[in-house]
Amino acid sequence: MIENFDLSLVNWSRAQFALTAMYHWLFVPLTLGLSFILAFMETIYVRTGDEIWKRITKFWMTLFGINFAIGVATGIILEFEFGTNWSNYSWFVGDIFGAPLAIEGILAFFLESTFIAVMFFGWNKVSKKFHLASTWLVAIGANLSALWILIANAWMENPVGMAFNPDTARNEMNSFREVVFNPVAIDKFTHTVTSGFVLASVFVVGISAWFLIRRREQMLAIKSILIAGIFGLVSSLLVAFTGDTSARTLAKVQPVKFAAMEALYEGRTDAGLTVIGALDDSGERIGEKKVHDVRLKIEIPKLLSIMTTGKGSGYVPGIKDLVNGNPERGILSVQEMMNRGTYARQVLTDYKMAKELGDTESMTSLAAMFEDPDFVDNYFRYFGYSYFEHPWQVIPSVPVTFYSFRIMVGLGFFFILLFALALWFYRRQSLERNRWFLWLALLSIPLAYLASELGWVVTEMGRQPWIIQNLMPVNVAVSNISTGAVQTTFWLFAVLFTALLIAEVSIMVRQIKTGPKQKEE
Amino acid sequence: MTYMITHAFLQSYWWLIISLLAGLLVFLMFVQGGQSFIFSLPRNDMQRKMMVNALGRKWEFTFTTLVTFGGAFFASFPLFYATSFGGAYWVWMAILFSFIIQAVAYEYRSKPSNVYGTSLFDTFLFINGSVGPFLIGVAVATFFTGSDFTLDLFCRVTWGSGWHGLEALVNPVNLLLGFAVLFLVRVLGLMYLSNTIDDAEMAVSIRKTLARNAVPFLIFFLAFVAVILTGKGFMSSPAGEVTMVKYHYLHNLVTNPLTLIFFTGGVVLVLVSLWLALFKNSDKAIWYAGFGTVPVVMALFFMAGYGDTAFYPSTADLQSSLTLENSSSSLFTLRTMMYVSFIIPFVVAYIWYAWRSINRKRINSEEMNGDDHMY
Ligand code: HEM
Repeated sequence: MIENFDLSLVNWSRAQFALTAMYHWLFVPLTLGLSFILAFMETIYVRTGDEIWKRITKFWMTLFGINFAIGVATGIILEFEFGTNWSNYSWFVGDIFGAPLAIEGILAFFLESTFIAVMFFGWNKVSKKFHLASTWLVAIGANLSALWILIANAWMENPVGMAFNPDTARNEMNSFREVVFNPVAIDKFTHTVTSGFVLASVFVVGISAWFLIRRREQMLAIKSILIAGIFGLVSSLLVAFTGDTSARTLAKVQPVKFAAMEALYEGRTDAGLTVIGALDDSGERIGEKKVHDVRLKIEIPKLLSIMTTGKGSGYVPGIKDLVNGNPERGILSVQEMMNRGTYARQVLTDYKMAKELGDTESMTSLAAMFEDPDFVDNYFRYFGYSYFEHPWQVIPSVPVTFYSFRIMVGLGFFFILLFALALWFYRRQSLERNRWFLWLALLSIPLAYLASELGWVVTEMGRQPWIIQNLMPVNVAVSNISTGAVQTTFWLFAVLFTALLIAEVSIMVRQIKTGPKQKEE
Repeated sequence: MTYMITHAFLQSYWWLIISLLAGLLVFLMFVQGGQSFIFSLPRNDMQRKMMVNALGRKWEFTFTTLVTFGGAFFASFPLFYATSFGGAYWVWMAILFSFIIQAVAYEYRSKPSNVYGTSLFDTFLFINGSVGPFLIGVAVATFFTGSDFTLDLFCRVTWGSGWHGLEALVNPVNLLLGFAVLFLVRVLGLMYLSNTIDDAEMAVSIRKTLARNAVPFLIFFLAFVAVILTGKGFMSSPAGEVTMVKYHYLHNLVTNPLTLIFFTGGVVLVLVSLWLALFKNSDKAIWYAGFGTVPVVMALFFMAGYGDTAFYPSTADLQSSLTLENSSSSLFTLRTMMYVSFIIPFVVAYIWYAWRSINRKRINSEEMNGDDHMY
């Protein structure tokens, strides 16, 4: 297959995808959460008929619109980049991966975009009930689109529901149900949307706090804090819960990523969960990769073992066990997986050659292998490993994964506290007096964005070098174009997105400062 | 054998859906067509504001249709997705850029503190409105004229030209379709504006401009059709061997009754719409033009994909050409996706309903001075 990878092409292609994805993710979580907050607010308006709630809804809706537009702009690129920059990937898995993308368009995007028009322009044109229904449908549409794209993403982390077809040299779907109900997909969807709810709630509480600091729009601010505080508290508890479930699933399907998150090199029983720690170069190496010691460690005893195995005494494999193998624990070495993968790839090449030469006899016997469970489960499964030269290449960046994970989790617990305090002060009617809290809430807004972006850093950096776990490394997936072309588009995107982000923030800040319209007609 | 028939049926079914989405996309690009007049049509700021708001309430349909078109193509013919997007990199990137700038332009153009000023965002709308449809037309034309690529044993694409797709711009036949699409959507845009905006002065200028755009549209369109019908087409034998055959697309047009009916019926409807708009002063022309455009585009896609034809031909290596058969997803995926596609009529129904409820009142200057959400 591709024998010489152009590393700079791979890296630039990755950089471009990361750039687009991270920009896109600056806008999406707010859409996911704020759409529901709008729906709650408008529901109260329709039920009580109290005009103040209409005014509140419309204020947040303006901010929603500003954010939404740029989310759409960055989203379209991601879809097309699979084709433009990862064309080998697109063919290899298009049979499975394309389906959720298409469904996302048909099922979710139209729902969202159709009813967004009613939501923005329909106030005086349709009935109150129809308008309310539209606002709810926007929220449902936005979250449904998250569902489908996350199913696609989860499939890359844990490919299920498919079989390899040697004739087409690609994976083909054989169970849509398995793809949709992939355990990783369920974790990912629940964790991601609830994290969007948290971010939006922090956003609403923070901006409302700013109004209170400036002693303006107190009514709007306090009512908004109530709604976002409740929604945020519930969601942040769910985020912690779903994050925990994600980690458990991860320990099974992506053990190397899991070990990297914990900087766990040596497998252990009674493994504790590191709450705080700092990484330090131990001087030791696995191949070209550094081995890190965890210093200044505060850990909760046995928790890691309990999380992964359900028992305090359970065994958690470390990076070294996973790379070098650990026969005692039944862990294959990466070298062995590479050998088996290479064998599987040879069988495929032989099949292709036999087909070229019209050697039907060899074709039949080779094709049969791809249906033999022994070959599929013990050899073909490691197909992707055949692309590596050294076992250590399967290790992701430990510091990036380790720190990103800790900061995300730490902030997760901080947000629980933040929402609890917001509701507490609301009940005691002392929000305005506790100015330190108002400042804290305002300054938490960037932290929510940080946590959210770092979540994806954990997921996507932690799974390197794979684009599809165990099947395809990133460098094989890339399109055959010149590095210069990708560099050019990278910079074009970088400049354009940054320029658009500046406009977005500027417009948003201005709208917030202007505040809601003074009177409702 | 039944297996094969079913797979072939599904491939044709998905090509039909792709064609339908393409038809809807071209029709909905009336938004782009309208945008291309942003600097030339309005006489004053109020007129521009009415125009932008009339178009702005619809831009997301076009955008979403484009995204869905891409997603459906990926899911049903992934090898096309991999080959064309990964190979003709620059054309697709240019199209993408023109759409990214559109998405923010409406929302930001008239907001205070938008940093770059209204005129830059309006320029974005102009670029999207003119470059977008033109390039999409050029890209679709390569379905008939071919591209410079080869595929290896493992279906990996190598593009011959270092221009990565931009070379399509020097083929005059591709340009014919590019300009035909551009002028078509400009005509559609004018018809939509005349239907939506309630302003006597604008109505007059719209009609004048319409005549000036209808003529080039007809010329470019007829020229493109004449060239492809009389030229050579990329025929793929049942065994999968691709050859170039004279009058192949003409053959596809006249031997497939559905294609013939869609094509002639659609052309007639578009002509009727022009007659209504230009000579009868009707503001309902958009509906005839819309119901005409969709089947004409579909018929072009039928000619390119059905009837033993390679729909994404390679001029560098005929045998690398993509056909519905060799580029599609598996039977299982196409069937699963078919079930999903059954909800499309439902989607169309709610879009229709929501559209009607918003467009019940025509846009006038009074509404623009109100304080609803405004672009
Ligand atoms: C409270 C404790 C939290 C825990 C235990 C937790 C756990 C996790 C884990 C294990 C992953 C990786 C999943 C994978 O690689 O497949 C992850 C990803 C992610 N996290 Fe968290 N997280 C927490 C809080 C947060 C917070 C507060 C946010 C944002 C506001 C957040 C946003 C994300 C995002 C966006 C992802 C990527 C999507 C995904 O893979 O699910 N997380 N989280």
